[in-house]
Amino acid sequence: MGFEEKRVIMEVQKTALYNYHKNLGAKFVPFAGYEMPIQYKDGIVKEHISTRTHAGFFDVSHMGQFFLEGDETLIESLEKIIPADLKNLKINHSKYSFLLNNEGGIIDDLIITRTEKGFCIILNAACKENDIKQISQFLKKHHKHLLNNDLSLIALQGPKSVEILEKLIPGVANLKFMTGNNFEYDGENLYVTRSGYTGEDGFEISISNTKVEKLIDYLISNKVKPIGLGARDTLRLEAGLCLYGHDLNEKINPVEANLKWAIAKKRKEVGGFNGWEKIKNLLANGSKKIRVGIKPDGKVIARENTKIFSSDNNEIGFVTSGTFGPSVNAPVAMGYVKSEFSEVGTSIQLEVRGKKYGGKISELPFYKKSYVK
Amino acid sequence: MSEKKFSKKHEWVSLDGDVATVGITKHATEMLGDIVFVEVPDAGKAVEKEGQAAVVESTKAASDVYSPISGEITEGNKAIADDPGSVNTDPEGASWFFKLKIKDKGEYDSLMSKDEYDKFCKENPS
Repeated sequence: MGFEEKRVIMEVQKTALYNYHKNLGAKFVPFAGYEMPIQYKDGIVKEHISTRTHAGFFDVSHMGQFFLEGDETLIESLEKIIPADLKNLKINHSKYSFLLNNEGGIIDDLIITRTEKGFCIILNAACKENDIKQISQFLKKHHKHLLNNDLSLIALQGPKSVEILEKLIPGVANLKFMTGNNFEYDGENLYVTRSGYTGEDGFEISISNTKVEKLIDYLISNKVKPIGLGARDTLRLEAGLCLYGHDLNEKINPVEANLKWAIAKKRKEVGGFNGWEKIKNLLANGSKKIRVGIKPDGKVIARENTKIFSSDNNEIGFVTSGTFGPSVNAPVAMGYVKSEFSEVGTSIQLEVRGKKYGGKISELPFYKKSYVK
Repeated sequence: MSEKKFSKKHEWVSLDGDVATVGITKHATEMLGDIVFVEVPDAGKAVEKEGQAAVVESTKAASDVYSPISGEITEGNKAIADDPGSVNTDPEGASWFFKLKIKDKGEYDSLMSKDEYDKFCKENPS
């Protein structure tokens, strides 16, 4: 896990739940300018397994909850930087997408949801300030926008999530994957989507900072464990999901990232977004390198920046995320290789501490997703 | 077997004649978290005092294990390489890392006692 902080942060920020985490025995690390729990008393493996077998909650309030309001022209503005089909996105439906630069590179990956008055975009914590600058270039004066810091964001993930949350907030069980709605809780409105970053069924709950402790009290009384960034990383990697700043960055485009499925079909044909010329060409001809899953043959862990070699010893790529997958019960990794070596089953070598270890290109995800569609 | 001695890098050593057994301390495993990979040295390898001798990886990160004492490796514990999680359950017993034939018992004598090590850990929390 590379949780290193690349930007210089003047002041460390804390989420509304900071003291709550402390009381739960959290170990904190600086992450994207925030003091965030990396793990609690149980440790990463137990946290990971309890999310897969019961349910876990994650404080992801460091992520940006960015709200936009406007008329039809708001859609035109956003579609210049986001390659999703926002015109045809229904109210309360969400899409995974990106902000793209002029070269088609990924400025950030995000979830965008259509709301009654516009859109809500969930942005990565380390990117959110720059993201807003980039989006703002395309906005018109009458478009309103707000990064709402009065809201916490709680992910509830795992097979028991639906049963537990439905008891507290009736109606959430009717949500399908990647849709959301407004609900009432304790006299306040909150917004719940059925989504997540673990490969499990679950929800993300946007709730005011003043009510979030009460929600967590309820979850804990239902044996939902707190889950830190450590297990968040092992869970998302097993599910084959990218971590921005590691698997994705501004020099990587969605075709190289093997995420072309996330560019809307209509947008692929018609274009009209940043970097389209380049992406159109890559869609037609393929990219030189591509993101793949990697399984080392033995127990060795190929972490970020591990060099990848072909079976005849030519350097062909590098690892961008690598760890031990507790549910796979083996090491797992993702990385970029030259496209001709990207076929599943291709034998590769991984250079760890100066020694070469065997491995194979693997299918993604490593762990079967169980979303409710 | 002699009493266990401890290094500032969180290894323990016990001595039986001129053969030392080396492992990592319970305190070290608590700091590392879940151990998922171990690499132990092969017999015949020469190691220097405080030289890198083995590797331990948790879900969080990879760490080197140093030999607190110089000598020649006589055996690496293959059982922990096959079952890295066992290091979390019995770090100061069955889950030793390697044995080595030592050259200088003075190196052993200069290491910390159990009490000194416990005090060292309290004064150097990480």
